[in-house]
Amino acid sequence: MELNAHIPAGPLSEKWDNHKFNSKLVNPANRRKFKIIIVGTGLAGASASATLAEQGYQVQTFCIQDSPRRAHSIAAQGGINAAKCYQTDGDSVHRLFYDTIKGGDFRSREANVYRLAQVSNSIIDQCVAQGVPFAREYGGTMANRSFGGAQVSRTFYARGQTGQQLLLGAYSALSRQIHAGRVTMYNRREMMEIVLVDGKARGIITRNIITGEIEKYSADMVLLATGGYGNAYFLSTNAMASNVTAAWRAHKKGAGFANPSFVQIHPTCIPVHGDYQSKLTLMSESLRNDGRVWVPKDVNDKRHPRDIPDAARDYYLENKYPSFGNLVPRDVASRNAKEQCDLGKGVGSTKLAVYLDFADAIKRDGQETILKKYGNLFQMYEKITDSSPLQEPMMIYPAVHYTMGGLWVDYNLMTTIPGLFALGECNFSDHGANRLGASALMQGLADGYFVISTSVANYLGTNSLKAVSTDDVAFKEARQEVENRISKLLKNSSDGPTGKVTVDEIHKEVGKLLWDNCGMARNKQGLEAALAKLPALKDKFWNSVYIPGDMKEINQSLERAGRVADFLEFAEIMVRDALAREESCGCHLREESQTEENEAKRDDANFSHVSVWEHKGEGVEPVMHKEQLVFENVTPSQRSYK
Amino acid sequence: MSDIDLNLQIWRQKKSDSPGAFETYALDKISTEMSFLEMLDVLNEKLTKQGLDPVAFDHDCREGICGMCGTVVNGVAHGPEKEVTLCQLHMRNFKDGDTLVIEPFRSRAFPIRKDLLIDRSAFDRIIQSGGYVSVNTGGTPDGNAIPIPAQTAELAMDAAACIGCGACVASCPNGAAMLFTSAKVSQLCLLPQGQTERKQRALDMVATMDKEGFGNCTNERECEAVCPKSISIRNIARLNREYLMAALSEG
Ligand SMILES: Cc1cc2nc3c(=O)[nH]c(=O)nc-3n(C[C@H](O)[C@H](O)[C@H](O)COP(=O)(O)OP(=O)(O)OC[C@H]3O[C@@H](n4cnc5c(N)ncnc54)[C@H](O)[C@@H]3O)c2cc1C
Ligand code: FES
Repeated sequence: MELNAHIPAGPLSEKWDNHKFNSKLVNPANRRKFKIIIVGTGLAGASASATLAEQGYQVQTFCIQDSPRRAHSIAAQGGINAAKCYQTDGDSVHRLFYDTIKGGDFRSREANVYRLAQVSNSIIDQCVAQGVPFAREYGGTMANRSFGGAQVSRTFYARGQTGQQLLLGAYSALSRQIHAGRVTMYNRREMMEIVLVDGKARGIITRNIITGEIEKYSADMVLLATGGYGNAYFLSTNAMASNVTAAWRAHKKGAGFANPSFVQIHPTCIPVHGDYQSKLTLMSESLRNDGRVWVPKDVNDKRHPRDIPDAARDYYLENKYPSFGNLVPRDVASRNAKEQCDLGKGVGSTKLAVYLDFADAIKRDGQETILKKYGNLFQMYEKITDSSPLQEPMMIYPAVHYTMGGLWVDYNLMTTIPGLFALGECNFSDHGANRLGASALMQGLADGYFVISTSVANYLGTNSLKAVSTDDVAFKEARQEVENRISKLLKNSSDGPTGKVTVDEIHKEVGKLLWDNCGMARNKQGLEAALAKLPALKDKFWNSVYIPGDMKEINQSLERAGRVADFLEFAEIMVRDALAREESCGCHLREESQTEENEAKRDDANFSHVSVWEHKGEGVEPVMHKEQLVFENVTPSQRSYK
Repeated sequence: MSDIDLNLQIWRQKKSDSPGAFETYALDKISTEMSFLEMLDVLNEKLTKQGLDPVAFDHDCREGICGMCGTVVNGVAHGPEKEVTLCQLHMRNFKDGDTLVIEPFRSRAFPIRKDLLIDRSAFDRIIQSGGYVSVNTGGTPDGNAIPIPAQTAELAMDAAACIGCGACVASCPNGAAMLFTSAKVSQLCLLPQGQTERKQRALDMVATMDKEGFGNCTNERECEAVCPKSISIRNIARLNREYLMAALSEG
């Protein structure tokens, strides 16, 4: 597997402009001759679909949900970053670049991150022009808030529904192109396989979720914008249909998978309360602007939080990290919450929670101001827990939230399969070992609105592609593979459920295995144990999973089974990746590699690389390749937020 | 926290064109901390283990924002609690021994696909006919070059908060989609960005609404009462004004 990142020459700040100038173009009149498949309608997929269709390409777009507007991006709450420096607080493209590289613990590519910071401002302008109702100051200018890992106020927001409003903006642009006939939209389709012709990505196989039909689609290139794989853990803040299937199918056909073990555990989620629980709810990071995190100093302090005086509370983030306080990056906040709970200081019935307290902020700014900022979040919290954050502190605990790992892509966002591109959360490109808050929305829209069209034109302009149709043998074979796989999934089910397991039972089991051994803190022993247990779990799934119904109808158990089958295979490279990386960095804490103060200790001499996994065939050990990271503009330092 | 026993009557229908009927299921020891959809998960695990077909229902985010979930519970879209979607409804709203009648959102324009799962693509087609500002990617002015008073931004946001779940349609005696359509028209007509296409947008979106088979609004206000996002019927008044102004200046 060859890993050439194709980073353009020249000084960092000129690379993107140079690259755009040196890339091939496709004449506007010729664009309609090219067909592009886009899988996913989150921020990345919807923005790419709209933009490429506006430019004149023929676009076919696919999503699992009943409408493109319901992609998981809709759930993002807090905001989107940009280097506008509207607050004159010292922000700049370079600072956003630096914060993102540092936040990612120096495990991302300089050139990609710099480009992200460069295009960030255009994203805000684009969204405003679409009518996204961002928060405004009384004078009519745009409002900002602060997010973790930054000392400037650069986050733009629309109440606590920023993802919804940005996605509806992209969805409206997409809808306009659907209306114009330039995008054909396929809802309720699940991509099951990627089709290669002469080694190039030329199409996909999908399952029509309503009819169960296995369908073939061909094109000149394929763009995946299928989101993250956090649901491998069963419990996460992701939407229920989020999956690794599209990326995993691509991986098995030759796309390298980068840093699969880099998973972000978000510090502020509503704690787990029962084994029937189906998902975890995020409480936006923006709450840490005004909420203070604490636990009782005394392990045995059973008093109601209101009755515990200040002197008996440990505001551990403020005490340990005076300069960032409650706004340390997510990995640091999560790890510290776990540490407090491991020390027995956790609160609530499960002792797996810490307080996030708004009493001081309410005293300082008044209830009305606090409600204006966080009203909908407080309401959401109260609906779920039956407790009001105005009356008593919230209880929070970390939960799986975002996956920095993803398909390996070069500077053009192309995977190791020619003609297959990955955008948004499903690639690995910009966040290194930890993503800063409000940067995923920025990346998804950067990729879709402002980056991909250059790559598309350059790819089409430099490759002469032969005509293919879905009648070609490659399509027939790929469809057959998908059908065989579904038959195999259903093979245990003809004689009823007795003695069988359900899809969810296996999903919960693999999820717990990952959470316990490949979660917030990892060590060699635990990872090796998990790796040893995975094959048996996989066998149990394939030999005894019971799936009611058949394939030619709406069958939600079958849909979940296909995704769980892929999570089970994927879990293996996650664990292998965590095992191979014997350093700590960002979200990846190897207990063997910590500083004296228990902070993550990087090992730049040995691990300053992206680990990229190559599939070598069923039952064969995957191989890891390295893309060495080169830092010419920043000096990797031990991160300090003290 | 406590456990309750429930008697469920759920609409079962195999396909769009097959006849449907209510089936009864007893479900015991449901924790009141559960969400409504988690209760359905428990039922489905139980049915699966009995070799029966689980109940199909739509859901995704499970935090009240994607608009994918929704059924009618005891006659009320999204159930008895105000301002929540079905996925945010918790079982503490019910009592031991309660009977819950659960059926899909019903409307001529929303065909049932299976059990509680419906087709709401008519909503997409309404948006496609004009629910946007026609700007291409790139070449847009600086965000602060379009100043918008905070109050206007807030009003636009109130309307933009619609999640497109369809509860409004299911609750309207006429099956009207006025609340949904007016929310988008309002958002864009309140903002300076939406002015250029203001008239055409109102005309086109209303025309599509009619074509898709949604009914007329007769001010029943049922839509506002069930809307999980508290979209106000003032938006409908605004749409009516927009439409009238556009139609008059056309003619
Ligand atoms: C609760 C929550 C809050 C968040 N808040 C913020 C925030 O405030 N700021 C921020 O920057 N980031 C935030 N994030 C992260 C951010 O929302 C996501 O990283 C981002 O939206 C991902 O966008 P995407 O376009 O890559 O993918 P998604 O939005 O996940 O879209 C994936 C798309 O792919 C489709 N798809 C997937 N698999 C298949 C398949 N096999 N076949 C066909 N289609 C498929 C889906 O249908 C969907 O359309 C948050 C995340 C969560 C979970
Ligand atoms: S599942 Fe998303 S709103 Fe209920």
